[in-house]
Amino acid sequence: MSVRVIARLDIKGPNLVKGVHLEGLRVLGSPERFARLYYEEGADELLYIDVVASLYGRNSLTDIVARTSREIFIPLTVGGGLRTIADIRTVLRAGADKVALNTAAITRPDFVREAVERFGSSTVVVSIEAIRHPDGRYEAYTENGRERTGVDALAWARRAAELGAGEILVTSIDREGTGKGFDLELTRAVATAVPIPVIAGGGAGTFAHVRDVVVDARADAVAIASVLHYNVVRRDDHTARVGDEGNVEYLKRGRPGFGKVQDATLADIKAVLRESGVPCRPVGAEAGA
Amino acid sequence: MRAVITADPGDLDAADAVILPGIGAFRDAIHTLDARALTPAIHAAVATGKPVLGICLGMQLLLTESHEMGRYRGLDLVAGEVTRLSEDAGDGTRVKVPHVGWSRISPAGGGAFKEPLFDGVPADAFMYFVHSYECRPSSPGVATATTRYGAAVYCSALRRDSVVGVQFHPERSGPHGLTIYRNFRTSIVTSREWSHGRTAGSEIRTA
Repeated sequence: MSVRVIARLDIKGPNLVKGVHLEGLRVLGSPERFARLYYEEGADELLYIDVVASLYGRNSLTDIVARTSREIFIPLTVGGGLRTIADIRTVLRAGADKVALNTAAITRPDFVREAVERFGSSTVVVSIEAIRHPDGRYEAYTENGRERTGVDALAWARRAAELGAGEILVTSIDREGTGKGFDLELTRAVATAVPIPVIAGGGAGTFAHVRDVVVDARADAVAIASVLHYNVVRRDDHTARVGDEGNVEYLKRGRPGFGKVQDATLADIKAVLRESGVPCRPVGAEAGA
Repeated sequence: MRAVITADPGDLDAADAVILPGIGAFRDAIHTLDARALTPAIHAAVATGKPVLGICLGMQLLLTESHEMGRYRGLDLVAGEVTRLSEDAGDGTRVKVPHVGWSRISPAGGGAFKEPLFDGVPADAFMYFVHSYECRPSSPGVATATTRYGAAVYCSALRRDSVVGVQFHPERSGPHGLTIYRNFRTSIVTSREWSHGRTAGSEIRTA
């Protein structure tokens, strides 16, 4: 069984954005263009999160999903603001393969069960965004890290698995966008507590971070954003393609919070994982590209 | 080629081929097929030699019965049963179920793929899987590909005459997966040469 390297694309309206601690979003460019590159360069899956998740932005997300699924033949998970069975049906019909549920699921856990009964376990990913408290406890947050729930992240992961979720996406808000590394303790606790696959997200900044979260913290998959996006932006610096669309000047100025990200391609990341004995699906010609 | 998503038995009759995709649970899927009179329509399509492709749950539906959340009768186009994947990793640890991700498909019996659906697909190519149950055909001869997950090696593709099934999702398995669809289209053309000139390829939604 190979470990999946998932490209995470946070989407606001028609744009790919990236923030720090899920806040301070900056526009990087067109999500479809980044998605296409990641598909061609060996991403195992794509994860689209609508970070604004307002009903008004929904049409543009649905359009992006529809365009992506027509051109890109790897699994696509879509999350952000999905509150009803009808919302889930809309993004699945647009071409998503799976949905990621956070706020609506934690507010009403039976929503997970209902979604599983209707669309199957394998379609339902429960997304847990957690903040570490000084006592070492992890609390699940909703609304992109804005609202606390009082719910213990580990207990919620166990419950979500019991309710039939097919996978858990666990994101450390403390680490998200910082490039300081995944929260290994959080990931390991969740990955060993549930019998279903766990995707680790939030904090990837170097190869070592990715290796550690798989080898030491037992993640079944990793969700990576900044490391990949910044590589595309840097490559585009020479062609000035993205620079025309997105607000990427801050990357070049080396603002605090971005400096720790060592950008890389999917091939780079997979090569490092393979050197560490972690099986990965190959990229390039061997993958049929 | 024209593809339509349909729940109308008449569309299956008019089509040159049928794809049974699969998302959801076995029980609901087979009940839906029965309730919409699609079960006899699929049997009729098979009886006339039309290519039928079952994907994921669609493959599992082809078998005699499933043990997913009870015990349910399937389409019985391929003798065998559907059972839960083993969590045994073979080294005292457990693998995660569902099996989600990219795994290799290997030609059943070794060598290169002899199955026409896999023409141009290298032995041990990676495909994308999402499932908790596996197909156990009664006759090992129907398996065209196998996949290892944990300690188990299970049947990940099968064929009986014009009926084929794949446990993985070719539509989400990159370029190699698309090759499988092109091969399926070729098989439709070949099959049509036997009958008369219809143009519709048909797809039915099960969930």
